[in-house]
Amino acid sequence: MAKVRGAIVVDVEKCKGCGVCLPACPTDVIDLASEVNGKGYHYAFMNQPDECIGCSNCAIVCPDGVITVYKVKLNR
Amino acid sequence: MAEITLQDIIKPENLVYKKTDLMTDKPLSYCPGCGHGTAHRITMEVIEELNLAEDTIGVAPVGCSVLAYEFMNVDMTQAAHGRAPAVATGIKRVWPNKVVFTYQGDGDLAAIGTSETIHACNRGENIVIIFINNGIYGMTGGQMAPTTLPGMKSSTSPYGRDVAMMGNPLKMTELVAQLPGTYFVTRQAVHTPAAVRKAKKAIKKAFENQRDCKPGLSFIEIVSNCNSGWKMTPTDANKWMEENMFPFYPMGDIKVDGQLVK
Ligand SMILES: Cc1ncc(C[n+]2csc(CCOP(=O)(O)OP(=O)(O)O)c2C)c(N)n1
Ligand code: SF4
Ligand code: SF4
Ligand code: SF4
Repeated sequence: MAKVRGAIVVDVEKCKGCGVCLPACPTDVIDLASEVNGKGYHYAFMNQPDECIGCSNCAIVCPDGVITVYKVKLNR
Repeated sequence: MAEITLQDIIKPENLVYKKTDLMTDKPLSYCPGCGHGTAHRITMEVIEELNLAEDTIGVAPVGCSVLAYEFMNVDMTQAAHGRAPAVATGIKRVWPNKVVFTYQGDGDLAAIGTSETIHACNRGENIVIIFINNGIYGMTGGQMAPTTLPGMKSSTSPYGRDVAMMGNPLKMTELVAQLPGTYFVTRQAVHTPAAVRKAKKAIKKAFENQRDCKPGLSFIEIVSNCNSGWKMTPTDANKWMEENMFPFYPMGDIKVDGQLVK
């Protein structure tokens, strides 16, 4: 059975902590950090990285285009 | 099976989405969660996918997106308030082989620029107009626009827009669809992944129309948030937009291939 695993990389210093990516994620991967970036924004991060399926929804709605998405198919 | 680590996934060969190179690396000047950024990015993705980067000229407006030329990595100029369709007309007539578009807010396109918009549409200029409707003048502090909803609060209608005194909101997109010069007229949004995918398809169709010299102007309204002007969080603003803007400004195509479909 093929299983999919994904991962996102957030450009932390350019994230504005708007939270628009959170409801876009079907598997609830993302949360806003309690820490802030250099501009004082609570940046987005993968709170549940194991749940990411690499669907790109978060990256597609991010107004600032700061999310990069990776995906692999696992065969087992 | 051995556990897969993030390092195994985050490798160039596994890349599925990254910001297009047709957006510069400058941090966007927009407020957190503002739809302008998403609209910019999908416009540039379309131009990249159609391989038109070297042949495109954009016209930025006055409004929050006045600096669009800083972010969109194609040839651009910037027009006086509301005059983008007139400037684009000139560019397209001098360089008919270039693909020319304007990017305008509702204050720019539907207030001070109403005349330029309507006449460019009516003349059937072969350009693309991307119209960001957030129901307000964002840049100058959230004043009422022609597009402000009945009852909607703004800094110049603090008790809500009173239609009896302030007049009715203007549905520019329905209006230009009636003109013989428009070829494709549609209303979209960019606040959810599904909406972004649809809006991108519409923008692609618009640029293909122009590339293929289809007769007339392609007009794309994007209903968007101005969370700062509306004084809401970005996610609340998107919800408010769905509940209040969409019933008044319904999504979907209004004119396709020169024929009204709504
Ligand atoms: C000739 C002229 N009149 C008025 C202004 C002031 N002004 C700047 S932006 C703007 C409205 C912008 O609103 P909109 O087009 O909706 O764009 P947004 O900022 O909401 O994206 C106005 C009235 C100006 N710059 N030039
Ligand atoms: S949508 Fe983009 S800018 Fe907003 S919180 Fe998510 S990653 Fe950051
Ligand atoms: S790629 Fe899909 S699953 Fe992964 S974080 Fe983004 S929205 Fe969630
Ligand atoms: S003022 Fe409104 S339109 Fe302008 S950048 Fe902020 S949210 Fe966007």
